[in-house]
Formats: sequence, structure tokens, C-alpha cells
Amino acid sequence: MDYTQQLFEQMFGADWGMTAFILAKNIFYIFVIVVPLLLAVAYLTFAERKIIAYMQIRVGPNRVTFFGIPWLRGWGQPIADAVKAIMKEIIIPTGANKFLFLLAPIITIAPALAAWAVVPFSPELVLADINAGLLYILAMTSLGVYGVIIAGWASNSKYAFLGSMRSAAQLVSYELAMGFALVCVLMMSQSLNLGDIVKGQQGDSFLNWYLIPLFPMFLVYFISGVAETNRAPFDVAEGESEIVAGFHVDYSGMAFTVFFLAEYANMILVATLTSIMFLGGWLPPLNIAPFTFIPGIVWLLLKIAFMLFFFLWFRATFPRYRYDQIMRLGWKIFIPITLIWILILGVLLQLPDSSKELFPLNLWFK
Amino acid sequence: MNFQDLIFYFFSGVLVLSALGVITLRNPVYAALLLVLAFFTSAGIWLLLEAEFLAITLVLVYVGAVMVLFLFVVMMLDINLDRLREGFWKWFPFGALLSLVLAIEMGMVLMGRQFNLDNMPIPQPHQADYSNTKELGRLIYTEYVYAFELAAVILLVAMVAAIALTLRYRTDKKSPNPSKQVAVKREDRLRIISMPSENKE
Repeated sequence: MDYTQQLFEQMFGADWGMTAFILAKNIFYIFVIVVPLLLAVAYLTFAERKIIAYMQIRVGPNRVTFFGIPWLRGWGQPIADAVKAIMKEIIIPTGANKFLFLLAPIITIAPALAAWAVVPFSPELVLADINAGLLYILAMTSLGVYGVIIAGWASNSKYAFLGSMRSAAQLVSYELAMGFALVCVLMMSQSLNLGDIVKGQQGDSFLNWYLIPLFPMFLVYFISGVAETNRAPFDVAEGESEIVAGFHVDYSGMAFTVFFLAEYANMILVATLTSIMFLGGWLPPLNIAPFTFIPGIVWLLLKIAFMLFFFLWFRATFPRYRYDQIMRLGWKIFIPITLIWILILGVLLQLPDSSKELFPLNLWFK
Repeated sequence: MNFQDLIFYFFSGVLVLSALGVITLRNPVYAALLLVLAFFTSAGIWLLLEAEFLAITLVLVYVGAVMVLFLFVVMMLDINLDRLREGFWKWFPFGALLSLVLAIEMGMVLMGRQFNLDNMPIPQPHQADYSNTKELGRLIYTEYVYAFELAAVILLVAMVAAIALTLRYRTDKKSPNPSKQVAVKREDRLRIISMPSENKE
């Protein structure tokens, strides 16, 4: 590190050397996060196809392999898909707004990647350890809706526009429930820093995780997360049986693929945030010998994979919600539940210290 | 000039240009999108001032919620540019007067004694563990608690009023009642009759 810093100072002078060094270092770290993330996105599409296939008693992709190795059959599929998508032509419809049409997929994927800046992978491993991390995450996830709206408008098509209208209303509604659920988390942890939120769940076992005291909030947050990512059973923005494919009906080639990747990147993000805020992030389930040997990042990845499985499971299991029932679930069920839970939590937090030492409470209120 | 200045000038340039675009562009969708950009870049400038709570809240509330609804409405309007330009010269004196008053007010604030460098020195940079959010929360819930609660009540009243204006019960609507549907039991719909099996022959 010191050697690289000196090198930069020689190249850019003493004033700018430090700045250039910090910039280069951060860009390097961003690559270290984003490249595995995009690989994970590619292989999540593979996992989805395989898992849903087995749930439907099929085999799923089982042809494309690397160098003809037989036991890797199917594992080349995401790479082949990517190559196919890059080779395809991006068709821009007549009457579409070309600039916004091409900007929309970029706007969709940028916040999904930007939110990773504050995600802590282990106590030390975080790109930006900022105090307002939770707010930053909320702000970034609320930006994703613009890509969908702009795509629907710029396509100059009725189906695309209907899809984007549906999606905009849905995302704004579920953001409220999501935000309130996170208010509960920050009331418990007394901090907006994601690293501190995980540290607040430290203890002897998984009983200390916020999953237990905030179980309804966990459900609300995760279901809202499914709705925010436009996944089944909340995928009315696409609704292929009603409005063809919704907001991305006119997209093709790489422009479509970027939307596709953004959806999967958002899924991984929601799964990660759920693991960090409710499942104890990098903490092992039991704080004893065999579990503590495994490094924290492995535990985090296992929890993310566990939560991601639910996304795929939901898609294979549930029929699509009717639109008015989506709105009803968001406004009339989730928001009242979160408001009541905030009240209960407020009362619990104001209990006298002596009662906080009793058995279940002493796990969470330290 | 250091890196921070560079970022400041970049953000300011984008902010000024996008704000100009908001009022000069014909297409209201472009104007709304540029307003989003203006909010976003001003959040960036606030971040440079270490006001991270305000900056992120600006993005979260105005960009993430308010402008989405704006865009929602603007996109659904059928905009006729010729009709928009009608009566431009009729209202021009009024608009000019309004902007003159606005410019004078802004000048009075900015030229006044409150805002020169002696009264408003460059803020001292805080420690890394300084939490802007915590300090703001402490101020809002202690010194300014009445003003804060008052603002909250006003917003609540506005919300109730908006709902009251749009809420009407229609007697002829046919949409199902989900809670009723969920409460249906098997016995309400289905009757199981025990009957002897019939012989085949």
C-alpha cells in the first residue's frame, strides 16, 4: 500500500498524489465488490432456472458446459446467455425517445449497485462505513422506480406505460412499509450504521438476532422487498398475461438484459439487507467453537443464499396478486402492523432498567 | 484548488444547468426529470457540507417519493403546447413583478449581514464518529419540539382532508370484500352428504 501511494505521489505531485491514490483505491475496491456481484447475478439466473425446474419436476438447463467437461453441464448457460444478449441488436421503436429509452436501464441498475457501498461484509470489510448507512440504503432503493417509469414513458407504447404506472404506484406504497419496518430495526440498534446494527445483534446465539423480537417486521420487510423488486407474486409491472411484459416490452438485446440484471441485483440486495438487519449479518448462529472457526463473510453469504432461495420458491409457488389486493396488502395491512409494532417497541424501550434484565428482554435491550 | 473544490464546481455547474433546464424546456417530462437531477446534485452539495442526514432525506423524500408522483401525473397529462403558450403576454407583467420581488428578497438575504464570511465562517470539520442524524434528532425533540409537533399535526390534517375529499362510498360497486372472502368457511359453500354407494349391476 505504502509503495503504491509513493508511486502515485511521484506521478501526480504531492498535492494530487494523495487524492489520486484514494480515488484509485476506492475504484479498485468498487471493482472487488461489483465483479463478484455481477457474477453472482449471472449465476442466480442459473440457480433460479434450476431450482424452479426441480420444483416442477424438470431438469432445467443441462447442455452448455465448459471445455466439454460432463459434470459441468448447464453451468455455462449464464455465460452463453450473456454472449447471446451482447450479440443481439437493440431495436429502438419508432416514436420512442431515444435518449431516455437507453438511459432507463442504466438508471435501473445504478442504484442497485450503488447501495452496496455501505454493506458490511465483516466487521472490517466495508467500502464506506458511514453513519447514515440505513438512510442511504433507503434513498438508493427508492431511486430504482425511475428506471421503470422512464422506460415505460420513453417506449411510447401503451402496454409499457401501463406497466410503469402500476410499478410506480406499487413501489411508492411498499417503500412506506419497508421504511417503517426499518425504523423498528434502528429503534432496537439505536444506530443507522449497518455495522453497528449487526454488532447490536451480537450475543451467545441466534436468539439475539432481531429476527426474534421483530419477527412481524421481518415478514413485512421481506415481503415488501419482494414487492419492491417486482418479483412474483407481485410482478404486475410485467404481468405477461395482461400487459405482455409491461415496462420492458419494447426492449431487446443488451438493453433488456440490463433490466433483467437489475432485477436480480436488487434481489441479492434485499436478501443481503434482510440478513444484515434481521439475521445477524456476519455473526454465526451459535457463538461456540465449530461455528466461530468459519469466517464471518461465509455466514453472511450463507444467509444471503438462504433468503434468495425464498425469492425463487415464491416464484414457483404463488399465483400473481390481483392489483387492488396488492394495494390493500401494502396500505391496509402492512402499514398498520408496522405502526403498532413501533408503538410496542417504544413502550419496551422505555421500560425501567430493572425489568430489562429479565430473561427474554435482556437478550435484545443491552 | 483541491479535489473537494473540483467536486463542488462540478455539482454546482450541473445544478445551475439543470435548474435552468427546468424552467426553459418545453416538454414537461424533461422539466420534471431535470428537477430530479437538480435535487440530486443539491443533495451532493449538502453532503460536501457534512449535512448527510438532510442530503439523504432530500433524495429519499423529494426524489424517491414526491417527484415520482409528479412524474406520474405529468406523464399522464395530454399536453398541448399551443394552449400552454396562450396568454403568455397577458400574464407577463404579473410574472415579471413576481420574479422581481423574488430576486429582491433573495438579494436581501444574501447581501445582508447574516450571510457574510464573518458571521458564517467555514464550518469546522467534525470527527469521523460525529452523527449528524443524532444531533438533529436531539435538537428537534428538545428545543424545537413544539414547532416539530405542530408541523406534524398540520401534515396529518392535510392528509385527512385529502382522504376526506376523495373518499366516497358507492353502493353499486361490485368489487369483492377480501375480509369477507377470507372468513368464508367450508360449511358455507360445501355440503357433504353421506350416501350409500350404488351397485354397478
